[in-house]
Amino acid sequence: MAKSLGPVKRKFSPWTDPSATPFIRFENITKRYGDFIAVDNLTLDIYEREFFSLLGPSGCGKTTLMRMLAGFEEPTSGRILLQGRDLSGTPPYKRPTNMMFQSYALFPHMTVEKNIAFGLEQDGLPKPEIRARVEEMLKLVKLEAFARRKPAQLSGGQRQRVALARSLAKRPKVLLLDEPLGALDRKLREETQFELMDIQHTLGLTFLIVTHDQEEAMTVSDRIAVMDKGIVVQVATPAEIYEGPNSRYVAEFIGDINILECALTENAGVCLHEGHPPVVRLESDGLSIAVEQECPAAVGDRVAFAIRPEKVRISLDPPAAAETNTAHGEVWDIGYLGDFSVFLVKLEDGRVLRAAQANVSRLVDRPITFGDMVWLTWPLDAGLVLTR
Amino acid sequence: MKPSRFDSTVLTLCFAFLYIPIIILVIYSFNASKLVTVWGGFSLEWYRVMWSNEGLMDAAWVTARVGVLSATLGTVLGTLAALALNRFPRFPGRMAFTGMIYAPLVMPEVITGLSLLLLFVAMNVDRGFWTVTIAHTTFTMCYVAIIVQSRLLTFDRSLEEAALDLGCPPVKTFFRITLPLILPAIVSGWMLAFTLSLDDLVIASFTTGPGATTLPIKIYSQVRLGVTPEINAVCTILIGLVTIGVIIASITTKRNEARRIRDEHAAIRGAG
Amino acid sequence: MAEIGASSQTNPFRWLVVAVPYLWLIVFFAAPFLIILKISLSDTAIAMPPYTPTFEGFGALGDFLSQLDFDNYQFLTEDPLYFNAYLSSLRIAAISTLLLLLIGYPMALAMARASSTIRPTLMMMVILPFWTSFLIRVYAWIGILKPEGLLTLLLQTIGLLGPDDQVQIFRTDYAVFIGIVYSYLPFMVLPLYAALEKMDGTLLEAASDLGCPPWKAFWKITFPLSLPGVIAGSMICFIPITGEFVIPDLLGGAETLMIGKTLWTEFFGNRDWPLASAVAILLLLALVVPIVIFQNQQQKAG
Repeated sequence: MAKSLGPVKRKFSPWTDPSATPFIRFENITKRYGDFIAVDNLTLDIYEREFFSLLGPSGCGKTTLMRMLAGFEEPTSGRILLQGRDLSGTPPYKRPTNMMFQSYALFPHMTVEKNIAFGLEQDGLPKPEIRARVEEMLKLVKLEAFARRKPAQLSGGQRQRVALARSLAKRPKVLLLDEPLGALDRKLREETQFELMDIQHTLGLTFLIVTHDQEEAMTVSDRIAVMDKGIVVQVATPAEIYEGPNSRYVAEFIGDINILECALTENAGVCLHEGHPPVVRLESDGLSIAVEQECPAAVGDRVAFAIRPEKVRISLDPPAAAETNTAHGEVWDIGYLGDFSVFLVKLEDGRVLRAAQANVSRLVDRPITFGDMVWLTWPLDAGLVLTR
Repeated sequence: MKPSRFDSTVLTLCFAFLYIPIIILVIYSFNASKLVTVWGGFSLEWYRVMWSNEGLMDAAWVTARVGVLSATLGTVLGTLAALALNRFPRFPGRMAFTGMIYAPLVMPEVITGLSLLLLFVAMNVDRGFWTVTIAHTTFTMCYVAIIVQSRLLTFDRSLEEAALDLGCPPVKTFFRITLPLILPAIVSGWMLAFTLSLDDLVIASFTTGPGATTLPIKIYSQVRLGVTPEINAVCTILIGLVTIGVIIASITTKRNEARRIRDEHAAIRGAG
Repeated sequence: MAEIGASSQTNPFRWLVVAVPYLWLIVFFAAPFLIILKISLSDTAIAMPPYTPTFEGFGALGDFLSQLDFDNYQFLTEDPLYFNAYLSSLRIAAISTLLLLLIGYPMALAMARASSTIRPTLMMMVILPFWTSFLIRVYAWIGILKPEGLLTLLLQTIGLLGPDDQVQIFRTDYAVFIGIVYSYLPFMVLPLYAALEKMDGTLLEAASDLGCPPWKAFWKITFPLSLPGVIAGSMICFIPITGEFVIPDLLGGAETLMIGKTLWTEFFGNRDWPLASAVAILLLLALVVPIVIFQNQQQKAG
């Protein structure tokens, strides 16, 4: 798909600026359904022009949170502020937010045009202005040729774009997207992700997206809030979340990761590299691991060591450098993914570590195969000590 | 699945059983002879007799008015009841309300009829056109409620939320989004209500009064005296009307279906 | 899902949606039952309306309660006619329901197994007689079943019956069974068909794949899964048949005892309103169990 990319993105991080005021603020929000707590005393700030994702498994409260912002649900306690204004008691039809529904919720008895014009008509805009705005929206989503069609006469991808156009037509202060790409097939989804980012950037709107798809969240978001059982576990940029998950839950939810149970044997030891944190040493059933990291735990605590498979090097030869962590084991299984191969290596004590290797050359027969005894190595700053 | 000989035999026999009596009835309405077993040649005599039978024609007129009025009232009330069942998960006495909606479906008509009559007597209301209409409204609204309720079950609530989200207030949302989309169910509810009202003998017998004899009451009183070709003629006309109605309805459905398939093709083409 | 929005509950007209139909049903459905109950406990009077009014304002509540008596019910237990009519109604309803199942099940199964192109047509053909008047359908059988009717003529023509013999079905229980089965067949077939049609065809393929022969697959897979339809259909037929009036009145004979007919006679013939009310209350009590089963079934399905 040949298309012009929008203006080059610049670094955007208002959340690091302590003087910036949040655009949307969820303040101690709790939502109960009978005994079930969907959202538990949650506080979260979202900034203007941010593309923000709520990520989590189904039932984690992300959709409830979004529906409270749209006004379909009222929080049991706490309040939601938009530009400092408390939204409590404002019905959905009076809120400056618009939502793109998971099912798209296109009105089946209205044409594409009518669907897009619906929100503008509610505002009582003059006819010519509505027409102009509808045309602009149709152009934005490249559906000019389909204006007179009914939703039933459109493909899934086209419906998704109509839904987007309809929710953007009123130029909402915040656009809420509920699993916006869930119904599309993989290829279309990837294309649309970039289109969404483009539109968001061009229009300069604040987008809040709810998704359970971590790849989607990673691709589109400025920041992600990872949710579990009604609370936010971590809020950070995609890279921070991937490289520095603050808990096992986040580490395991996003991407693939090896986790080893360890005991902490030394904290804040020597500083091996200038500018790096001091070394933390761990002991895991005979395997000694050193990590350069600030760690709040004390010696003797049970902690977890986490490392992403692509950061583990696999080799038939023993490592030469002394300043790395090593493990020795047997190749137990190989998963060939095309771009990557994942090796499952069984350590002597029976535990399995995964190591991923980019397939940089066009070899059908890889040098490492089933049953080989291999060495796994990773540098001191590749893994992470997780205390919760 | 392959059509087995057993299946086609069963279907043939059952449909023969369902249709032969009605077909015979229709054929004999054109019989010149007054005897059921003797074919006296084709004749429209009994239609003429029927037409000049003032009592019968009056009854038909009463029935039509009761039918239209009670079906309309029943449709309004039934639609409200369906919305209440579907949209109000909790209100005091919801269980009782649900019970009252489903009960008339299976309640023996003699009981419904008798109980309504006693109510009208207790309220000291003169029985006639209006009491029959009220009685019919009461039992037809339950059928409408069930039909509309089953449509509402499959109704995508996010359509309403989308309208609200786009700034449309709730009442307007109901009239612009919900009502147009559940209208087919409401229309079929009305048709069912009208037919049930047209059909009812027992409840009407209990709740009617002087000057409001409905067609079924009239037919019943004549049938008790034996088979008359004149009644065959009335029945044939009623069957004809119903058949035309059902055929029109099914053609409309077929046409909608064809349009849906066309739409799907258009969507597939559009996707390319 | 929650309500449209907590905020829209502030609209006071919203409650009219519940209140209007609810009030209508309370006035015209629930209240009449209380009146029946009350009248069934009062004395017959010859005046019009033929019962002594027993309720004049709340002041007279004490009087009212003291006037209530169970005479009518006592009378019902003393006269074996009523007891027999109940039993006979339940017997006729049970036999008819069984017959309906025996005929309706193969029919629904055949419909569900038919190709999807003709299924809507078959469906319409089952529904069509349902739209025609109940009375007309019963009436159609009179001409066929009466002694000098078409069935006699047919059997005489093909020689199964002598020229002077006549079919003696009309005004017997047999005619009532025929009429009931004929009238209620669509009510039985539709729930059965609905249950059978939505069944996943791959289940039978899976059974066959696992080595189950077709007839056994029917008993082990198809029939158990269609049981909700069987129960719904049976209840939809059994309950109104028990209170049926038109069919036993037009097709049945003097010996055909059914409680609906008895009620009608008490009411229109003997003008004994309190007794008719007592009959109605007892009929309702007899039907409480099947009605509750039906309601549960509906709620599960809904």
